[in-house]
Amino acid sequence: MSHIKVGLKPEQIKAIQDICKSFNNEPGELINVLHKTQGYFGYLPAEVQEVVAANLNISVAKVYGVVTFYSFFTMIPKGKYPISICTGTACYVRGAEKVLDEFKRILEIKVGETSADGKFSLSCLRCVGACGLAPVVLVGEKVYGRVSPDGVKDIIKEYQD
Amino acid sequence: MHLLVCGGTGCKASASDAIVETLKKEVAANNLENEVQVILTGCFGFCEKGPIVKVLPDNTFYTQVKPEDAAEIVKEHLVKGRKVARLLYTDPTKNEHISDSKHMGFYRKQIRIALRNCGFINPESIDEYIARDGYQAIGKALAELNPQQTIDIIKKSGLRGRGGGGFPTGLKWEIASKNAADQKYVVCNADEGDPGAFMDRSILEGDPHSVIEAMAICGYCIGATKGLVYIRAEYPLAIQRLKVAISQAREYGLLGKDILGSGFDFDIELRYGAGAFVCGEETSLIHSMEGLRGEPTVKPPFPAESGYMGKPTNVNNVETFANVPVIVLKGADWYSSIGTEKSKGTKVFALAGKINNVGLIEVPMGITLREVIFEIGGGIKNGKKFKAVQTGGPSGGCLTEKHLDTPIDFDNLIAAGSMMGSGGMIVMDEDDCMVAVAKFYLDFTVEESCGKCSPCRIGNKRLFELLEKITKGEGTMEDLDRLRNLSHVIKDTALCGLGQTSPNPVLSTLDNFYHEYLAHVNDRKCPAGQCKSLMQYVVDAEACVGCTACARNCPVNAISGERKKPHEIDTAICIKCGACIEKCKFNAISIQ
Repeated sequence: MSHIKVGLKPEQIKAIQDICKSFNNEPGELINVLHKTQGYFGYLPAEVQEVVAANLNISVAKVYGVVTFYSFFTMIPKGKYPISICTGTACYVRGAEKVLDEFKRILEIKVGETSADGKFSLSCLRCVGACGLAPVVLVGEKVYGRVSPDGVKDIIKEYQD
Repeated sequence: MHLLVCGGTGCKASASDAIVETLKKEVAANNLENEVQVILTGCFGFCEKGPIVKVLPDNTFYTQVKPEDAAEIVKEHLVKGRKVARLLYTDPTKNEHISDSKHMGFYRKQIRIALRNCGFINPESIDEYIARDGYQAIGKALAELNPQQTIDIIKKSGLRGRGGGGFPTGLKWEIASKNAADQKYVVCNADEGDPGAFMDRSILEGDPHSVIEAMAICGYCIGATKGLVYIRAEYPLAIQRLKVAISQAREYGLLGKDILGSGFDFDIELRYGAGAFVCGEETSLIHSMEGLRGEPTVKPPFPAESGYMGKPTNVNNVETFANVPVIVLKGADWYSSIGTEKSKGTKVFALAGKINNVGLIEVPMGITLREVIFEIGGGIKNGKKFKAVQTGGPSGGCLTEKHLDTPIDFDNLIAAGSMMGSGGMIVMDEDDCMVAVAKFYLDFTVEESCGKCSPCRIGNKRLFELLEKITKGEGTMEDLDRLRNLSHVIKDTALCGLGQTSPNPVLSTLDNFYHEYLAHVNDRKCPAGQCKSLMQYVVDAEACVGCTACARNCPVNAISGERKKPHEIDTAICIKCGACIEKCKFNAISIQ
């Protein structure tokens, strides 16, 4: 699974149990449970998935299968400032690929990775529905519109404290 | 007087919340609170020039408003009655201000049915929805019509599924109504995954009650008491507005037990998607709601027989539902008077790409692509030449100049090698390479394929690899044949709608832009100048003065030459970063 070992604390295990219980430990609620759990932890490492599986009385393989199927779930912690580049078609034809390349070059990470200092993570998303502002970049919840490759370093600079 | 401020995602990203706050403050400062209401509405559609502020009743349309413009709008327009000219929309062809939005080219040809309330009402107020005939259709159905009569209205109206398939909605309801079961379900598919399409999100953000009302009508028709909305977790604003709307409807007795004293029970719950394009396919969507991986299953059985939890389930898309209440109220004849013979009503399109007026539009079926792109869309950005328009997203195809006068409807688009899809419409100009566009869509499909059936899982990957080979200038004529053959095999053998349509971008570009493929294969050239591997940076020896600026700035030392003599680029070392072009003051370096 993943190389990340978190070593869950008892209160964290309790929190997962409570989330499962709030959905009556119902296996059919797995996706909702995972949404809540990821909201609590920020990501879904292997050990968390094991606790969820035990509580819903399903196999870890099944939980892992669902976690890896959906792009919203992640097994790697996001950076302090998660950067998402919209690669929907509207942004693509207005040059999102070049913007993405520039982020990759400056941060020296690939899509889906987090920088070594834990500050930035890079991901792609499909259409945030702000096509009028294409190409669009999100840092956390903040939206940057009409981003050009030249503007990338300025965006990163804003978060270099 | 009303000040309507767009609260759609695009305008919110440009600080429309702050505009509402400052407008409210200014209104209060001028003691106008009793006469002027500031309302955050859903999307106006004209995202290109957002944030938008519209003044009613005079229809004044202010564009690209900033929070600091609020004081001027209130003082000039509201107090002194003079419009703020510098914020008015300017017609690009005539270069004059247009103050009434009715006269803007963007709105003139639109007919708004599904988007009727978007940009007019406060989506978080049930009273405003009711004031615009909201919940009258469910009242009419419950009081005056039996379920079959209601289904007959929908059937007769000719409404077809707006999610992409185009299946007749009334017929779908009738089939579900005839399957007897102790429990049935109405599902709203709000898992909008088509990149570049955002109409479902805008409807949910701008007019959530219309979807709730329609789901209740559907429940009454098919005999279901439970509704489920499957919505993307990535749409937090839509989720929040839907939650507010559901609780308001419950409070007013429009959801829950014994609705309007009719004895009919119906309630709605939300289910969250987690980012998987394939979940737009109805069997995948149902499995995802059951907590499983969103993999499709073979139809039949159709969801109308065995769907969610094995019970009869009717799945419709958000836009389809948004049409229903108006049809029930105004009648089938009114609705079917709009549109073409086999495609009735209107369709919402998300217009984007290299076009002047990016935004969300709703047009009658049968309008031509030319009217949409050049009249509503205002033509191609920066005066470039139109090359293609992509409809239907990853399942659709690219249409060209020769299709511009084809009336848009479900059947014509399929005949032209594309499809309606959910309504994404991406315009491309002369700088877009069509081979690269096909590759972009295949990249998407490869990532989103669920992996259950091998034609889609392996076939699309091979298609992608072939396209990659061609864009690198390593393709052969045999590869072009392989592309076509493999595309047909995937279309014929894939399990679900995703795989059966995924080769469409390849086939339609092969049909319409074969010469571009040939240029990549035979001449090793990309006519649009987009494929990096096929570009060459060349120094014009006559223009070069030998200033050495390019050589000094080249990160890989690919440029050589003596001072004051023409330089040369070693194409074997060049990484095509463009640094030399930027530094050359004499325009001596070009891309070939």
